[in-house]
Amino acid sequence: MTRKQRRFTLIAVAGAVLALAAGLVLYALRDNVAFFRTPSEVAEQKVPPGQRFRLGGLVEGGSVNKGVGDRVAFSVTDTKASVKVIYQGILPDLFREGQGVVTEGVLQADGAFRADTVLAKHDETYMPREVADALKKQGVWKDGTAPVKAP
Amino acid sequence: MIAEIGHFALVLALAVCAVQIVLPWLGVRRGDGVLMRLGDRAAGLQFLLVGLSFSCLAAAYLGSDFSVRNVYENSHSLMPSIYKFSGVWGNHEGSLLLWVLILALSGAALAAFGQGIPDRLRALTLSVQASVAVAFLLFMLFTSNPFDRVFPPPLEGRDLNPLLQDFGLAVHPPLLYVGYVGLSISFSFAVAALIDGRVDAAWARFARPWILAAWIFLTLGIAMGSYWAYYELGWGGWWFWDPVENASLMPWLAATALLHSAVVMEKRGALKVWTILLAIIAFSLSLLGTFIVRSGVLTSVHSFASDPARGVVILGILCVFIGGSLALFAWRAPLLQQGGLFAPVSREGALVFNNLFLSASCLAVLVGTLYPLALEAWDGSKISVGPPFFNLVFIPLVLPLVLAMPFGQQLSWKRGDLAAVSQRLLVAMGIGMVGMVVAFALRGGVAALAPVGIGIGLFVVAGSISEIVSRAGRSGGGVGIIVRKAFGLPVSAWGAAIAHAGVGVMILGVAATAYEVERIANVRKGEVLNLGAYELVLKDVQRREGPNYRDTVAVFEVRRGGVVEDIAEPAKRIYPARQMPTTEVARITRGFGQIYIALGETGPEELVPVRAYWKPFVLFIWLGAVLMALGGGLSLLERRMRVGAPVPAKVVQA
Repeated sequence: MTRKQRRFTLIAVAGAVLALAAGLVLYALRDNVAFFRTPSEVAEQKVPPGQRFRLGGLVEGGSVNKGVGDRVAFSVTDTKASVKVIYQGILPDLFREGQGVVTEGVLQADGAFRADTVLAKHDETYMPREVADALKKQGVWKDGTAPVKAP
Repeated sequence: MIAEIGHFALVLALAVCAVQIVLPWLGVRRGDGVLMRLGDRAAGLQFLLVGLSFSCLAAAYLGSDFSVRNVYENSHSLMPSIYKFSGVWGNHEGSLLLWVLILALSGAALAAFGQGIPDRLRALTLSVQASVAVAFLLFMLFTSNPFDRVFPPPLEGRDLNPLLQDFGLAVHPPLLYVGYVGLSISFSFAVAALIDGRVDAAWARFARPWILAAWIFLTLGIAMGSYWAYYELGWGGWWFWDPVENASLMPWLAATALLHSAVVMEKRGALKVWTILLAIIAFSLSLLGTFIVRSGVLTSVHSFASDPARGVVILGILCVFIGGSLALFAWRAPLLQQGGLFAPVSREGALVFNNLFLSASCLAVLVGTLYPLALEAWDGSKISVGPPFFNLVFIPLVLPLVLAMPFGQQLSWKRGDLAAVSQRLLVAMGIGMVGMVVAFALRGGVAALAPVGIGIGLFVVAGSISEIVSRAGRSGGGVGIIVRKAFGLPVSAWGAAIAHAGVGVMILGVAATAYEVERIANVRKGEVLNLGAYELVLKDVQRREGPNYRDTVAVFEVRRGGVVEDIAEPAKRIYPARQMPTTEVARITRGFGQIYIALGETGPEELVPVRAYWKPFVLFIWLGAVLMALGGGLSLLERRMRVGAPVPAKVVQA
């Protein structure tokens, strides 16, 4: 092989690998990202059933209902609106009524949210950032006030 | 008083760093050997001072001195001493101090063990190293001082986050940081070479042991973090594609690429400019990781504090070092002498292939990690990019790499013979094929990728063994002779083979997760839960008191065919100081598999919610990483002996 051919081979292979990576990333970004929505946004926006997204807010007080086996139902609220969530599995350690939570799943036809993932905080003073921002936007939570304890 | 000494030592260290930047550099400008060698002294002194500062903080923690705010916020007098000590870095300020300590340690190690490196290169490297230290010392002193006091001093601390009260905290961060921050040495080497305007094959010979050492620790640190997450978070997962995990994976991918490209540079004098760029990128990704983890822009167990001011400062440091070094690269790289080109089918060619796929996968992970941040900054919408994205992108990019690995190992330098190599790998390919078919036949129900993964894993392991066998058996002979020759092979040959086999072992472990058995149920006392070949019987539910926590323990008998084999005691633990519950998982190891039992929240009834798994070969995941590190260690063993000897820069024919 001449020098020119070798250089061409190198550039062609590098280009092909990069194109493959870029293609994969673009393709995967189309269907595999989940948007974050608050209960108010869900109420306003008419999210089609079956579309995956993240629902975040506070676990509404008195809404947690443990069903048969490990099925559990609770409501997520941002104090303006609330959405019923159905989840099957063991809840995280820091899941509590009145505390922040982020769930991921799809809306069912009846308007309930079927979650396959429930995330609570890793630390009792820490609010999921998305939830904190959303609550601030609603005017429910200002810096330094409830529901986060001051450090 | 101790706290003030620690604070003062940090300020002194800052002054020493300033000296370490300027004097060695001046020495190089003037050709003054005495000034150049001053860098060594300064690096040693800097390490002593930061070490003193770290010891002061550790003393405050061990003595439960709650007048120090950092100790008050993250410790408790009843905590066992090991957690008090590891609690030093279980928070934002302390972990930064550990970061700076390891940065200083890297510099001091270079000064101590790098006497074989020409004075000029070492002086410039230490000067660059000190500039990184200055930035982080300033950051610490102005925004995150670990020695701040509280007045009046509280009587009791607020306890360490219970998730961190684990042996994992004592091991994972130091290992990871040595890896992360150890990459600063190769970064400094690269920047020094750019400043000097001279890069040759000898550069790679000097830099390689440091790259390798950092890579070994990074590998172990990530593996330890993964194992810790696996047993502490109670979900039984070992990798979540969490941004923080990605933050450590990206430097690892870049460092792995760097490790391989530096081989080409040393042996063949090619890929010089690319290797320098990779060295810069690898540490830049470490800095980016530090930013992601420490700035609080992401929610995770690692984000101790979310003070936006700190994030902005780290972002500033990030921009200065990444931007500065890349600008320097753009300016000076054209001056560097280009290496030669080479045939595509050769060891060099295979290593380029390795580099292409590693960089592409690193880039893909980078895009997936930063995309949510970029999108939020752009239009305010919040998204999460999770496992589906990364699995879809990462696996196809890593598969060709792994498949090509056994071939690349056996190709010879300059001109390889792919047909001959394939012939030598026939047995390995056969083993992989048979493994795949058997895996398909045994359990058709699992995802198709799992048997493929088993086939590939077996192929890679067998390929590594065949590399040793074919090298030892090149001149023929019986089994005895080949075995004797195999042990006579250079340590680095064994190192490479073991490290590559480790990749195969890890793939086997990952593929085996598709075969796990999961049971989620509410169990009564005396009830039997079937889990694959095992039965779990709930014998009792007990309450127990720990030093700073209370446990609710479920006692399970683990039976196989009616015979009691073991007792498993998963627990729900509550820490009164923070009113925070954690899940204490029970793990019973059988061969390379584990029975994994986690408890849910117990209700008022007698029912105990249980999540139990049988995870066959799960330990292979981490064993694979340990093998990689072991292989790296063996190579280092040989390298160190060679680097220790004062060999003049050998001229390499390109």
